[in-house]
Amino acid sequence: MSFAWANSYEPKSAFTKWIDEKLPLPRLVYNAVGAGYPVPRNLNYMWNFGVLAGFFLVFQIITGVVLAMHYAANTEVAFGQIEHIMRNVNYGWLLKYAHANGASFFFLVIYMHIFRGFYYSSYKAPREMIWLLGVVIFLLMMATAFMGYVLPWGQMSFWGAKVITGLFGAIPVVGEPLQVWLVGGYAPNDSTLNRFFSLHFLLPFVIAGAVILHIWALHIPGSSNPTGVEVKKESDTVPFHPYYTAKDGWFLGLVLSIFAAVVFFAPNALGHAENWIEANPLSTPALIVPEWYFYPFYAILRAFTGDLTIPFTGIVLIEAKLLGVIAMFGSILLWFFLPWLDKSPVRSGSYRPLFRIFFWIFVVDMAALFYLGGAHAEEPYILLSQIATGWYFMHFLVILPIISQIEVPKALPFSITQAVLGSDDDAHGSKSGGGDKPEKVAGALPGHDDDGSLQPAE
Amino acid sequence: MASTAEDAGTQEGVRRRDWIHIAAISTAGVGGASVLFPLISQMAPTADVLAASTTDVDVSSIQPGQSIKAVFRDQPLFVTRLTPEAIAEAKEVDASSLRDPQTVEERLGEGDNDILVQLGVCTHLGCVPLGAGEGESKGDFNGYFCPCHGSHYDSIGRIRKGPAPSNLAVPEFEYASESVIRVG
Ligand code: HEM
Ligand code: FES
Repeated sequence: MSFAWANSYEPKSAFTKWIDEKLPLPRLVYNAVGAGYPVPRNLNYMWNFGVLAGFFLVFQIITGVVLAMHYAANTEVAFGQIEHIMRNVNYGWLLKYAHANGASFFFLVIYMHIFRGFYYSSYKAPREMIWLLGVVIFLLMMATAFMGYVLPWGQMSFWGAKVITGLFGAIPVVGEPLQVWLVGGYAPNDSTLNRFFSLHFLLPFVIAGAVILHIWALHIPGSSNPTGVEVKKESDTVPFHPYYTAKDGWFLGLVLSIFAAVVFFAPNALGHAENWIEANPLSTPALIVPEWYFYPFYAILRAFTGDLTIPFTGIVLIEAKLLGVIAMFGSILLWFFLPWLDKSPVRSGSYRPLFRIFFWIFVVDMAALFYLGGAHAEEPYILLSQIATGWYFMHFLVILPIISQIEVPKALPFSITQAVLGSDDDAHGSKSGGGDKPEKVAGALPGHDDDGSLQPAE
Repeated sequence: MASTAEDAGTQEGVRRRDWIHIAAISTAGVGGASVLFPLISQMAPTADVLAASTTDVDVSSIQPGQSIKAVFRDQPLFVTRLTPEAIAEAKEVDASSLRDPQTVEERLGEGDNDILVQLGVCTHLGCVPLGAGEGESKGDFNGYFCPCHGSHYDSIGRIRKGPAPSNLAVPEFEYASESVIRVG
């Protein structure tokens, strides 16, 4: 599955020929991330974050497996084991800090990756499946990170576990038994810690499996690009290796330098001091908040302070608690519908003047939610969370569908080649590829690729 | 490749082998379900967690207006001896106007019991509300305040403001002796 002009793998030595016949793994690699995979020539740095995410997934698995060699999932000793890792295990401090900050960097990278998707509408046809798998991966990542944070059995671990498992208690009828079943008791206890450890060890491998599907799905249409115009011919692409291996490689080096600076000089900057106090089931910390990467969703959860009632009757339709839980899960599940909410046939935000304005407002809104999720549950933060939450849902459910109806997109380039070189011999005079008739371009985009822009999968 | 031996029996497409299919799939289904049951059930509270399900508290030394904290099923338990004034004050509130309408009798029991037993677990998402300890914030209703998302409870643990849906839970308890209550 690739473009017709992709280089094909030719084993040179007798040994590689022998391997290629028995198990064509080198061929698979060559076609997936080697010279046999043609990639748009104009990808910008926002397209580096996928490979970075893959790096951090592997990094978390390696540091995690090593840490598990020194950890014990028992409420009596778990907190002490972390101290043991920090003080007694050779380089234990490094491994612990690398794993904890690795999680933060993983999420940072994923947020960049997701927002790249929002701006360039990477979720649109023919890449819906890549996006849907991405959302599944994100949900799995959240579950994994949440359970990992419980393992040190500090105050935030315990109370985080209690509050988050408490969310399930909000579900009508089955909620409370479900919560007791999930936790294995009436409050987080030894059973809880053990099952979380078991799952925290397992889920990264499930994520790895989902990532393989994600990349498989990606390799069918190939990557999109900053113009959103599909690849048409060979001059639109360059081989992944050496062009993008080199670009991804140097960018990884840059990010790792920043990562090292954080691990060595500010290893606790992203954490909460409270979690260096052992879990105490009888005393709640003054401010319970999750790790920073959950803040926006925590802000949405806390924004719902009043019941949904039928006005003037006082009949409660949905309790505040359940509303918050629905909104929090809904805010992510909404992403599953994004490919169908944003109907504009133009992919790239750079050619969508109206969309671009609302995209940046949405970024500000998310930034506000990030801030509010970490703030105390008091005014004015509650009101601000409510406004930001309202806008969040408005953006996806109202603004995006309306924009895609009324917006007049800018003229798209004829091809990637034209966008990069300023001209394309195949563009037959019609340099602007649609020019003053954007609807013509629009008609030719996703779904009906009658312009042959999408090469059929082999 | 259709085998003639099977098709020979009937015209309607019902074959003798269908029975074997149904039987085999049902057996596998029942077998699968019975393997699933222990897999799911192992997640429920273990016997030792369930066994530690009653708690005795000596209430004789609690002064009126004072609270003590105990542990009941891994969770904090607030045991309070209410002052007569607090009880009178709580009785003045029109219970039917509350989010979770409970009268003083429903929380304290009939008679002149002045011991209030409640789980110290916010009914929102389970934090321990402040107010039972010395010098802790008692919230806007002179009872309990949950710092997690700002729920306010009154002096007998009824939800008055904030996201929590219901009053602090009152577990069942009885007097094991003159001075000791058994909760659970
Ligand atoms: C472990 C987590 C993940 C890994 C390792 C991963 C990996 C990758 C890689 C290597 C690419 C190609 C390079 C690139 O476009 O940056 C990619 C593309 C993509 N990813 Fe992910 N990803 C992850 C999570 C996600 C999530 C959470 C989402 C969205 C919710 C997502 C949505 C997409 C989309 C839509 C594309 C296609 C982009 C385009 O071609 O324009 N991914 N992913
Ligand atoms: S847990 Fe008490 S207000 Fe949320």
